[in-house]
Amino acid sequence: MGWLGRPATDTQITHGRRLWLYVLAGLVLVFLMLPTLIVIPMSFSESQYLEFPPREWSLRWYRNYFNSTAWMQATATSFKAGILTMIVATLFGTMAAYGLHAARLGFSGLILGILLTPIIVPVILVGIGVFYVYVKIKLVNSMTGLVLAHSMLAIPIVMMVVSSALKSFDMNQERVARSLGASRMRAFFLVTLPQIRFSVVSGAVLAFLTSFDEVIVSLFVSGGQNSTLTRNMFNALRDQIDPTIAAISTLVVILTSVLLAISQLFGKSGAR
Amino acid sequence: MSHPAGPNAAGLRRDALVERLTLFSLSGPALLLVTMTMLVPVGWLFWLSFLDDAGGFSLEHYRRMLVQPSYGRAFRITFEISFITTAICILLGYPLAYVLSQLPRRAANICMIAVMLPFWTSLLVRTYAWLVLLQRQGVINTWGIKLGLWDTPLALVHNLNGTLIGMVHIMLPFLVLPVYASMRAIDQDYLKAAANLGASPTRAFWLVFLPLSLPGLIAGALMVFILCLGFYVTPAVLGGGKITMVANRIATDIELFFNWGAASSLGVVLFVLTGMILYLASRIVRLDRLLGGGGA
Amino acid sequence: MARDAALPIAVRRLTKSYGTLRVLDAVDLDVRRGEFLTLLGPSGSGKTTLLMMLAGFVRPDCGSIAFGEREVIRLAPHKRDVGMVFQNYALFPHMDVAGNIAFPLKLRGIGKAEALQRVEQALELVKLGGYGARRIDQLSGGQRQRIALARAIVFEPRILLMDEPLSALDKQLREHMQIELRQLHERLGMTTVYVTHDQREALTMSDRIAVIDQGCIRQIDTPKEIYERPTNRFVAEFIGESTFVTVDVDTAGCTFNGIPLALASQPARKGPYHLMIRPERLSILEQSVSAGVNVLPATVTAAIYQGDSVLVHASLPDGTMVSVRASASVRAPVAGEKLNLGLNAADTYLLPVEESAA
Repeated sequence: MGWLGRPATDTQITHGRRLWLYVLAGLVLVFLMLPTLIVIPMSFSESQYLEFPPREWSLRWYRNYFNSTAWMQATATSFKAGILTMIVATLFGTMAAYGLHAARLGFSGLILGILLTPIIVPVILVGIGVFYVYVKIKLVNSMTGLVLAHSMLAIPIVMMVVSSALKSFDMNQERVARSLGASRMRAFFLVTLPQIRFSVVSGAVLAFLTSFDEVIVSLFVSGGQNSTLTRNMFNALRDQIDPTIAAISTLVVILTSVLLAISQLFGKSGAR
Repeated sequence: MSHPAGPNAAGLRRDALVERLTLFSLSGPALLLVTMTMLVPVGWLFWLSFLDDAGGFSLEHYRRMLVQPSYGRAFRITFEISFITTAICILLGYPLAYVLSQLPRRAANICMIAVMLPFWTSLLVRTYAWLVLLQRQGVINTWGIKLGLWDTPLALVHNLNGTLIGMVHIMLPFLVLPVYASMRAIDQDYLKAAANLGASPTRAFWLVFLPLSLPGLIAGALMVFILCLGFYVTPAVLGGGKITMVANRIATDIELFFNWGAASSLGVVLFVLTGMILYLASRIVRLDRLLGGGGA
Repeated sequence: MARDAALPIAVRRLTKSYGTLRVLDAVDLDVRRGEFLTLLGPSGSGKTTLLMMLAGFVRPDCGSIAFGEREVIRLAPHKRDVGMVFQNYALFPHMDVAGNIAFPLKLRGIGKAEALQRVEQALELVKLGGYGARRIDQLSGGQRQRIALARAIVFEPRILLMDEPLSALDKQLREHMQIELRQLHERLGMTTVYVTHDQREALTMSDRIAVIDQGCIRQIDTPKEIYERPTNRFVAEFIGESTFVTVDVDTAGCTFNGIPLALASQPARKGPYHLMIRPERLSILEQSVSAGVNVLPATVTAAIYQGDSVLVHASLPDGTMVSVRASASVRAPVAGEKLNLGLNAADTYLLPVEESAA
């Protein structure tokens, strides 16, 4: 037990006296990881009732998911909305972040404030508001309406990621490129963008996830042919616990992890 | 501003204006989108909340909020849940962030995956996972009984317990991330200096470390509280219809009663309360910390 | 590159204010064809702003900038055709060395083969031949500086602008690069505007120096003139060490505290003047006094041994403190000792007393 007696920090408290702290932190980490991790094995259970550990293993619920037209259609809708949102939000968000960074006008603070409001406005308020307006302009249950609403929610996230990258970017590089003969736009594409690309890609991934995981606005403005995966999952959850959702959840967790890993890897190669 | 006269003054002024407008126009599409799908709809609801059924101006919806006890209950339960969730997040998140901040960078980064992955995992998936874990025949109950910890299945879900567990789980990363960042920024020399000046480890923590990490803690706690106020999915699923937070009440008003005025007025009050808390908080901490915490 | 391809720069009434702060105040400046001109001034004097206006990155309120015959004040930076070297070099980390240098060539649509050849030429010119494939983070500070320079000259701009390009280097390397930059300028003959706050650097490298303070050019002249014949006290004090004592000039001649002084040239007007005393022009007199040397009695306040010499601080009869170097090989004076300081008549320089000196 030599380690317990050794000082843990420069202030000479020993590891032994802080053991409770380590145990607590460990338990909290388990608490954070547990639910997601336990759902994965359960999704491979044969049983109608979710068990852990499963008595019999099978791919029954995955087959159920992949053979269901409704689930497949919803998945397609969610991917389509996610990718379109990613494109719109990344483009608009990056443009705005660059414009506000380069301009530093008196009212750029005001514009920034407006563009970041979707973060603090309760989503339920946005949801019913958008629903109300979409009813009037006949955008309810349309892909366009869904993508526009999701893009609005994702733009602040893209802007925050890209702005912080621009803050640590040396604008002299863009200046030097301009003095060497590049117009401002070419300087951005040749010099600035390649160096903030990691953040732009991160922003794009987060924009995709924002749309893909979004529930509340989807509940109100998506439906019929364009019902999203989250909307269908939510409705299924309120009725009964369908193990198919465990299979879908597992796939979503894998998708999220892969996307985040990709953006991390991209960041490593971009950091050089 | 005075307009200096001199060679090329007018032309230069025009060039400056053109440059500004060009840069400004880059935020145009985003601004248009946010206006169309946020400012206009929310503004419209704001307007609706002051109209009665006949379309005349009235404070009826706001009056009803005061008169009808179910509305008051919704607000009370919303603030109770948000407060308890924030408190539990602080109690669990601060020690975790502290331990992580003392670990070597590599080890801390590995542990951070455990914080980041749930952070970006679908909220619905996590809520579902808790539903599965906490139900009567769920994992927690079956294992608890099997291990002899308790005899009859505990009511862990479709009530306040389930809602709180789910919300704490979802909100914890929002607290840990800014707190961890602010702890990492603390210069360890301060603690050495405190020890050198005769402070015991415990005193050094209370007198030096805690105050230095406080801005991160306040920002994180504020973020958690504000996000809790607007929660809809988790209480709807894990509360089993028994927990009606304001957002759930708004949805019910629309889905069941098509009462736009009532829903709008609730939304407006919720938004105004959120704004007021943010405003009051902005006088204590710098809000950019708050926004910086989420994107890390 | 032929010297006649270089362009002169004419700046007229260039003005810029931020709110009530006037950064540049109707500045006039002529840079001659092929000249190496240094803008020298303390930080916040407006020298960098002026340079950024020449490059087109800061928009003045009014004024005129002509490169040769061409008015460029409203021209976008990328159309000005000036090479620019920034203080932090601003090399592109996502390109290798050759990619950095080829950047301006690519923008000008120069073919691969020719670009390759010109990149190699530019690398040879800055003595980094064969470094083309290196990554930027593999370079030392001095090498980065040279690559930034190569990138700025490879497209043969007719004007080269440099913003404190050597300030990030250590002293030894900086002095080496000063000479190299100067030699490069001799070979290329580009009109060069160079910004620095280091007066020694300015004196070493420049054809002419423009001393800037508070948005105004206080003097523009050759290094020798600036050093020996500053037109005002700011320039005299900013460049080199100097001490001033008040002297009186009348028809009988010049006196300092009653002591008659022999001058290099007698000013036309009578009245009080400032006598500029550079420490290196003072000497400690032993016994014999040769003709044409003014004798100033002084009291030693401190003598500091510095290895190669002894730095002597002394006070003149009017209380002004001066310092003078004495050879370390002779007996060092001690504090309190009275001695005579010599100042050659040829080394005397008078400045008229300004209304608001300093």
